[in-house]
Amino acid sequence: MSISVRNIRKNFGRFTALDDVSLEIPAGQLVALLGPSGSGKTTLLRIIAGLEFPDCGAVQFDGTDITDRTARERRVGFVFQHYALFRHMTVFENIAFGLRVRPREFRPSKEYVRAKVNELLRLIQLQNQANRYPSQLSGGQRQRVALARALAVEPGVLLLDEPFGSLDAKVRLELRRWLRQLHDEVHITSVFVTHDQDEALEVSDRVAVMNEGRIEQVGTPDEVYNQPATPFVYNFLGNVNLFHGRVDHDRTYIHEAPTGDLVFVRPHLLDIARHPGPPNSFRATTRHINAAGPLVKIEAVTDWGAPVHVEMSQERFRTLRLATGEIVFISPKEAAVFQKNGAA
Amino acid sequence: MRWLLTAVAVIFLGAFLLLPLGIVFGTAFQKGLSFYVASLREPDALAAIRLTLLAAGIAVPLNLVFGVAAAWLIGKFEFIGKSVLITLIDLPFSVSPVVSGLVYVLLFGMQGLLGPWLMAHNIRIMFAAPGIVLATIFVTFPFVARELLPMIQAQGNDEEEAALTLGAGGWQTFFRVTLPNVKWALLYGVILCNARAMGEFGAVSVVSGHIRGLTNTMPLHIEVLYNDYQIVAAFAVASLLALLALLTLVVKSIVEWNARRQLAQQAAASEEPTR
Repeated sequence: MSISVRNIRKNFGRFTALDDVSLEIPAGQLVALLGPSGSGKTTLLRIIAGLEFPDCGAVQFDGTDITDRTARERRVGFVFQHYALFRHMTVFENIAFGLRVRPREFRPSKEYVRAKVNELLRLIQLQNQANRYPSQLSGGQRQRVALARALAVEPGVLLLDEPFGSLDAKVRLELRRWLRQLHDEVHITSVFVTHDQDEALEVSDRVAVMNEGRIEQVGTPDEVYNQPATPFVYNFLGNVNLFHGRVDHDRTYIHEAPTGDLVFVRPHLLDIARHPGPPNSFRATTRHINAAGPLVKIEAVTDWGAPVHVEMSQERFRTLRLATGEIVFISPKEAAVFQKNGAA
Repeated sequence: MRWLLTAVAVIFLGAFLLLPLGIVFGTAFQKGLSFYVASLREPDALAAIRLTLLAAGIAVPLNLVFGVAAAWLIGKFEFIGKSVLITLIDLPFSVSPVVSGLVYVLLFGMQGLLGPWLMAHNIRIMFAAPGIVLATIFVTFPFVARELLPMIQAQGNDEEEAALTLGAGGWQTFFRVTLPNVKWALLYGVILCNARAMGEFGAVSVVSGHIRGLTNTMPLHIEVLYNDYQIVAAFAVASLLALLALLTLVVKSIVEWNARRQLAQQAAASEEPTR
């Protein structure tokens, strides 16, 4: 089922959660709503689910307007950040809930319910935990039960609110790969909310980057990472150095004074040398070196006192033999330049 | 030091709680089992027991429905006048029962606001069973709502919203999700409500008129017997109320034990084991 969100506005008191938001989600895609807290991403998800209603604007499923339909009528699967499993029901009863509360004439037989739940238990690899209660499961297991419960009613769309937000780093990584795999198998239109850029970039087909109640950019992970449309997107996706400067003959020059345009340079796109190199290099002093991990992270300070973050390979680091407190010359290999008013 | 404190606590409890309880049962059986049974089977006593059961039988279910509705409304929704409603629910706690009884007299009594109209239509509320039932309802109505409210508020809306997205209707959500989660608090609220409904003296005393065999509840009947120097008979009836109190204590312990176990489970669950 495709989802179309048109010119949604939503205020909570005087706070504007969503400010004229439009978004098209083609059928079968896995889309991430990415943004900092307070950017309106969860509100947008809840409006799509029918748990919240917009002040104006419309939501369509497959071209049909469903703005006035309740969550119950929309046939969506919703996975809550804190799982929201029914604590007094077993895993089996939790997953079967959506089938058992159907009106009598649509209620499937006991055998069908049992078969369906067992099939989902296999899918989430918890066949042996059917009779356990949520409190007896780990966080990752609970999240998978929540997902199975949402899928049991065969929803047209699957909505996930910070699905891995309350899990620890290792389980998170496993679970998000598993989710991607699951999506490739089931092919249900899915939207998930996250504040974690890695998660959004790794799992989704497309990413909608949100900030202060607006969508800043929608695109494939590659597009939003490599061709950010706004300074915010550049800043939010990955580490970045922010300078003032200008572009002249394909070279980016960094200025000391806050004049010219905004220049964003990713740490791995800065080159460090011991001697002045290209004409756009500038002087800095190394302050801190972290050589643990695949990339060496170097913190330096320019002559005018601005911090610079540089990343380089271990190989390059070994040939340079840098130490802290040394004078170096830094030049941008590639940069994104935005005019002061924010346009690219 | 510890021994001293323990001793003080034990002596205090013994003197003020266990001793009176012992005396109630001791006095009740002073003239033997047959006298005890006879005191309870005496027509006026039977009528008082019947009236008490009637008042509690009406007040408790009504306050159960009202309390659940009010706690659900206050706990799950935001609306204007919420704090006013909470204050109103607490009103019977803060007003002396005698005053609430008097309010009914002023409202339904012969010289009261609605008195003449009720007279004209031949409806008796004061000094009759309806007045006693009304007073009992008023005095006991905070119990269920007050027990449920913190529980419902603590649980938030997540599970209800999950039920909604899974296609459950309002009633299904209430009976299958909300109610099972608060059942122990609800049971405890009902028990407290019932204990008070059966034991209420002040408000009922004002509206009853003390007509023997007609408008006396158990507490009022006990008073009448006591004033007539029928001490043993008074204590025999009183022992029934004392038994109710003991039963309430037992159920309360069970409920609290269960609630603690549930809390411990949730606490263990929120520690988030990795796998």
